[in-house]
Amino acid sequence: MYRYDERDHTIIQERVAQFRSQTERYLAGELSEEQFLPLRLQNGLYIQRLAPMLRIAVPYGLLNSAQLRRLARISRDFDKGYAHFTTRQNLQFNWPQLEDIPDILAELAEVEMHAVQTSGNCIRNTTSDPFAGVARDEIADPRPYCELIRQWSTFHPEFAFLPRKFKIAVSGSEADRAAIRVHDIGVQIVRRGDEIGFQVLVGGGQGRTPVIAEQIRDFLPEEDLLSYLEAIVRVYNQLGRRDNKYKARIKILVKALGAEEFGRRVEREWEQIKDGADKLTDDALAWAKSFFTAPEYKTFDGAVSDAALQAQADDDKAFSRWLERNSFPHRVPGYRAITLSTKPTGVPPGDVTDRQLEAIADLADEYSFGEVRVTHEQNVVLADVPQDRLLELWQAARKHGFATPNIGTLTDMICCPGGDYCSLANAKSIPVAEAIQRRFDDLDYLYDLGDLDLNISGCMNACGHHHVGHIGILGVDKKGEEFYQVQLGGSSSENASLAKVLGPSFSRAEVTEVIGKILDIYLEQRRPEEPFIDTYNRIGVQPFKEKVYAKAS
Amino acid sequence: MPKPASSGKAGPQPANPEQLILDGRIVANEWRLLPQTDEETEITAESLAPGKVILPYSLWQPLRSALAPRKAEIGVWLDSDETADLIGKNAGKLPLIAVHFPAFADGRGFTTARLLRERYGYQGELRAVGAFMRDQLTYLRRCGFNAFAYEGEQPLSGLLESLNDFSESYQAAVDQPQSLFRRRGLV
Repeated sequence: MYRYDERDHTIIQERVAQFRSQTERYLAGELSEEQFLPLRLQNGLYIQRLAPMLRIAVPYGLLNSAQLRRLARISRDFDKGYAHFTTRQNLQFNWPQLEDIPDILAELAEVEMHAVQTSGNCIRNTTSDPFAGVARDEIADPRPYCELIRQWSTFHPEFAFLPRKFKIAVSGSEADRAAIRVHDIGVQIVRRGDEIGFQVLVGGGQGRTPVIAEQIRDFLPEEDLLSYLEAIVRVYNQLGRRDNKYKARIKILVKALGAEEFGRRVEREWEQIKDGADKLTDDALAWAKSFFTAPEYKTFDGAVSDAALQAQADDDKAFSRWLERNSFPHRVPGYRAITLSTKPTGVPPGDVTDRQLEAIADLADEYSFGEVRVTHEQNVVLADVPQDRLLELWQAARKHGFATPNIGTLTDMICCPGGDYCSLANAKSIPVAEAIQRRFDDLDYLYDLGDLDLNISGCMNACGHHHVGHIGILGVDKKGEEFYQVQLGGSSSENASLAKVLGPSFSRAEVTEVIGKILDIYLEQRRPEEPFIDTYNRIGVQPFKEKVYAKAS
Repeated sequence: MPKPASSGKAGPQPANPEQLILDGRIVANEWRLLPQTDEETEITAESLAPGKVILPYSLWQPLRSALAPRKAEIGVWLDSDETADLIGKNAGKLPLIAVHFPAFADGRGFTTARLLRERYGYQGELRAVGAFMRDQLTYLRRCGFNAFAYEGEQPLSGLLESLNDFSESYQAAVDQPQSLFRRRGLV
């Protein structure tokens, strides 16, 4: 992973000092609430219902064991002993005290971490594929580009006060596991002959107005990545709407101009800067890539290793289930990537205790070269585990509560903090997630349903990604009462689509039953091996509607 | 087409404080600044009082040729929805350009400043006017501003240190022509 040199340390330490001064001036009454707001937001600090919430940047989801242990310590010393992995691969503390934040940032700086630009109207943490560097379908490792984008966007002097927040995601594989089509900019690594380059998409997003991003470039040469991003953000900074925060995202500008015209303006701007200081030199590219070389893998005979693993799986149904759902094929023979589930029944998705953070650090050191990746589904990936140690790892993961074999299934939900924590929410989301997990806890049933993304947001800001859930649930306010709208058919994959509303909303008590009816229709209508989303795309919303809203006979 | 955020008229107007920060020092403000006006303007090249004055772009544009003989004392200010391209290559003939921040959250002026410096080669005084705040000074300086007509309540002396909140930076900008990724390669 990327390691700071003296210059990175200087920049981050100066940020801590700057924020310490800002916090002191705010507490002394020298900075108004209005002036402090963007400053604290650009340091990831929200004032929530019950307490401040501090969002820590985890660049493209990558953490090492020392960082995990420090996060555990911070959660113990400054919070209530737990933390929350977010849908943008970051980590949040829910209960810090405002006056402690500068000390927390100083602690983070010691392990090369910060909260820079995790909120506010600026370029946010760049996200990527949690299986970067190990996936078999990878065209090129996205992490060096993510790191270059991180550095380019960090304290970018021109783009700290954009019309609205700005999110960039990079995918290096054929399958999109980074949801790039619902980002302000989606960067897809592509190959043309021997040359690596990028397909560039703009104007995707969720929130109140969900939009699938459109392509403005089919092939951008590797060395032009940063100058092209600079051109896009510059056009947006000049032309994006600032009169209405709900129309200020780049997606609204792209819709208004049309993707073609927007792309032309970007190209025109880019023509003038493409040979400037942001052009990536061979040295710079080689330097960025040098931080993401392969770890020292052992050499295994793949077939022998696979057979040995299969024998272990045959002996133990529970282990076999875990392997089936929680492991991911690795490009190196004899290795697998493993997802630790943060979603056992009854725990808010993404929540982990201080002890669990330390346990993850221990597992990373023991089994996966000391590193992990946070996923946008709020789980944790150990990317490089030798297959001959999987049984051992599974047993250890079980002990710490991470071995729920539900990755990619109905109960591996994305869920925002909702009305229990968030001041924006219309409705609670965590109790809905828990009710669904309790109702559908039969593993054979879950496995039979197969891959199924169920996403829950407590309000239309869509932090729980309900627009791109195969099944999406949205909390709404109906005359002061919490209701839930159900949507079907969304996807954040390379075949991204936005979910359609099924019909009138339901009370919380009705939600699980409605989900049950939707699943019944799928099971009745599916073809062999056909996943939920494909059945939905084939038969449409009508059969689901009829079943769910059928009058009791 | 997106609607422009303001028509360029009747929005907040920049104040013109008696003192400002110029090249890192506190100095007296030698310039008058005329606001945009909603009325049909009466000002002509002949009626404009002598002395250093900063004109709103909308006033300067039609009077440009007529004011040419006085060009050393005629500056221009751009509102946040007026881009650097409007002045473009004429920038070099101006002694002062001011860029207005009607609200600190309106960040268009950062782009305007960079383009004036980097694209149009402007070398003269580039002055930030309006509602920017202390904590933006480093960013403003990096984008090419060298003068800051601060309207807030804090004494200017307290602001000077915020011009350099960071001693190192990742990106190229007006103050640093090389990206850090290139400079790292040189070590």
